[in-house]
Amino acid sequence: MSGPSTYEPKTGIEKWLDSRLPIVRFSQDTMINFPTPKNLNYWYTFGGILSLILVVQIVTGIVLAMHYVAHVDYAFESVQRIRRDVPWGWMIQYIHANGASMFFLAVYLHMFRGLYYGSYKAPREILWILGVVIFLLMMATAFMGYVLPWGQMSYWGAVVITNLFGALPIIGETITTWLWGGFSVDNPTLNRFFSLHYLLPFAIAGVVALHVWALHVPGNNNPTGVSVKSGKDTVPFHPYYTVKDGFALLLFFILFAVFVFYMPDILGHADNYIPADPLVTPSHIVPEWYFLPFYAILRAIPDKLMGVLAMFASIGVLFILPWLDTSRVRSMRYRPVMRWFFLIFVGACLLLGYCGGQNPEGWVLHASRLATVYYFAYFLLILPIVGLIETPKPRPASIADSIHGDRGKPRSDTAATPAPAE
Amino acid sequence: MSEPSRRDFIYIAAGAAAAAGGALTLWPFIDQMNPAADTLALASTEVDLSQVTEGQQITVMWRGKPVFVRHRTPAEIEEARSVDVSGLRDPATDQERLVPLSGGEYQPQFLIMVGICTHLGCVPLGNRSGDYDGWFCPCHGSHYDTAGRIRKGPAPKNLEVPGYEYLSDTVVKIG
Amino acid sequence: MKSDMMRVFLIAVALLTSTTAIAAEEEVHAPNQDWSFEGPFGVFDRASLQRGYQVYREVCAACHSMDYMYFRMLGQEGGPFHDEDYPNPNDNPVIKALSAEFQIEDGPDDLGDMFMRPGQTSDRFPAPYPNDNAARAANGGAHPPDLSVIVKARGGGADYLDALLTGYKDAPEGEEPPRAGLYYNEYFAGHWIAMPPQLTEGRVTYEDGTEATPEQMAEDVTTFLAWASEPHMETRKRMGFGVIIFLIILSGLTFLAYKEVWRDVEH
Repeated sequence: MSGPSTYEPKTGIEKWLDSRLPIVRFSQDTMINFPTPKNLNYWYTFGGILSLILVVQIVTGIVLAMHYVAHVDYAFESVQRIRRDVPWGWMIQYIHANGASMFFLAVYLHMFRGLYYGSYKAPREILWILGVVIFLLMMATAFMGYVLPWGQMSYWGAVVITNLFGALPIIGETITTWLWGGFSVDNPTLNRFFSLHYLLPFAIAGVVALHVWALHVPGNNNPTGVSVKSGKDTVPFHPYYTVKDGFALLLFFILFAVFVFYMPDILGHADNYIPADPLVTPSHIVPEWYFLPFYAILRAIPDKLMGVLAMFASIGVLFILPWLDTSRVRSMRYRPVMRWFFLIFVGACLLLGYCGGQNPEGWVLHASRLATVYYFAYFLLILPIVGLIETPKPRPASIADSIHGDRGKPRSDTAATPAPAE
Repeated sequence: MSEPSRRDFIYIAAGAAAAAGGALTLWPFIDQMNPAADTLALASTEVDLSQVTEGQQITVMWRGKPVFVRHRTPAEIEEARSVDVSGLRDPATDQERLVPLSGGEYQPQFLIMVGICTHLGCVPLGNRSGDYDGWFCPCHGSHYDTAGRIRKGPAPKNLEVPGYEYLSDTVVKIG
Repeated sequence: MKSDMMRVFLIAVALLTSTTAIAAEEEVHAPNQDWSFEGPFGVFDRASLQRGYQVYREVCAACHSMDYMYFRMLGQEGGPFHDEDYPNPNDNPVIKALSAEFQIEDGPDDLGDMFMRPGQTSDRFPAPYPNDNAARAANGGAHPPDLSVIVKARGGGADYLDALLTGYKDAPEGEEPPRAGLYYNEYFAGHWIAMPPQLTEGRVTYEDGTEATPEQMAEDVTTFLAWASEPHMETRKRMGFGVIIFLIILSGLTFLAYKEVWRDVEH
């Protein structure tokens, strides 16, 4: 952990325990006394929110697994039984289903925050890469979870996604057959998806532990991107950030509750209330909203193999992001040119999300192609080039300075000296 | 500047509300393991006694457990009634182990009991087995008499009599 | 195996392109209606639920199953025949009588034969056909969908269902059914539906004396099916109200605590 431990065991028992298993020292250093930049804004609360959603998903998931039957003949009915007959089953099932959406909503905000404030840059490359690993595991978990209710969208989503692997030359067929455990999506597929859907969240929890470990070595980034210089820049994590994260968490849970209790099906698809039928394909097949941007990239490219590769590359590129950004400045607050490209990038992602839910024809197809090009250009061209030619705005000497500096000024980064034209 | 008491009040109120909310949230996750509505709907079963001939025992499923329905012979009934109740481990007269018809009279030939040994849950053997011509549990050697009362062995109680009622002379509803 | 793989591959390719073809079909949007159960405080109109059950029972049930519905559900809290005197719906005499109207196959008995007995509260709604193939064969190749979750299983929900039931019209000039035995319906995707118009004037005789117009019957049965799709909807909304109020209060308190904690820190 960063900095020497400040924990001092007082009682005899504490000393006894500390010399054998320093768990109290560990908790004190990581969760209570941990020095945290005092200028973190609400965008920085999503890490805490995400850990709690993971807990909610695991707890509700374990409960649902007590009632769910992973068999093609009973899966749909067992979900209906959970909703109708199991005490509180309807609520727990709605929490779990909507929890997946809340998870992705929070993770996207968390990732955009990391992109904007340069949280992926040295010395936090491993932290970022572990985050991308978590994101990949989440996608796999969510996909397999969506198959379990065995509705029409479950089934056909599984068919389409597993067929993506069929695009690989030579080994494609072997891989899809292996994934299915048969010659089509069927009972063996459902069983293994259930098994993995139960396993992967614990893998996520493990990587989250590594993610937090990697966070605690360099400590938090902050909106200025300026590294912590002294104790004046920080406050102890508890109570300052426990209470702030707690407040943000509650606001987020209000949103969560509105979905669970007042529009539990709005993020889902009506066709998933029709039991899976391998003979009838739904007329309009779409993945869950959180996969739509990637689905749009897949469909933007007219070649099957290239489309699949582009979709995987769109996540793969995140792994090398720390080495693509050539700027010495972390936070886009002080990058007057790059921040515009970032805003357009957010727009492109939203546009991709929209296009993923529409039929790929007409302007939608063109728009998704344009957005796909921009998505890759952002990482592979704009970040490396702009980093070299952009003149950053003057940065504060320290976090404490940035706070004092803001006082009395009309609050904003644009109030600083105008960016010299180049 | 507000005095420390205001600060304390806010902390305590927020902490208490959070703790109460957390505790309330626990309940659905505990309650979900209780029997679901479909399980509860199957919690009673009906038995037609006219199909059980004298000296015969049938076993019916009730709430996932075996229930013994025995049509006792007069000899068995006599055997059960001749016992001195005060010397028993779990004292009960034969009549106390029966349920009357809606009119109040008894049908002592029909003995209905949950077929689970009160020791550790095994199913005792029937057909006049054991030292007392009733039931004998092979797991740990408990002997029950012709009224299903514990007579010898480790079991602490008589075989349980489920709640049941006679819908007619020949039909009982268990549960 | 090769051909199986090929088939699946073709299905997948077709899937990725099929959406294009579908979009060409124009669909008439079902008109938005006011339902008793809409909105954050909406509850089901109990009388309408009871009438709706009657319509389902006397009309729809001839062809449509409701596999995930059990008689006992009619008497549970929020159900059409709920009675506060019988918190356990299995004891409710109305529900017992409703279920006993049906003969249910049970068994095997001691001789190994199946037998018929009067329905109990723990029985499912009996299905009109023994299996899907029988259902198709009896309906000109079209499978009457199960209605247990139909309101959730159709994009337009209750509005769509109500519109569909009353949306039969004469086909516009020049439009011919793709095959015989289909009926023109404004709201059905593709317009040609295998279900004949059902809700004709006075098709059922309501016990409460309500006039059985087609619109009334459509509204009642839709209300019933909306309830059946989510029998716990009223509990859900009620719980949600409490949960959200609690969260707002707690977040208010937490905000005050946050301000107190940070009061002496410049940030």
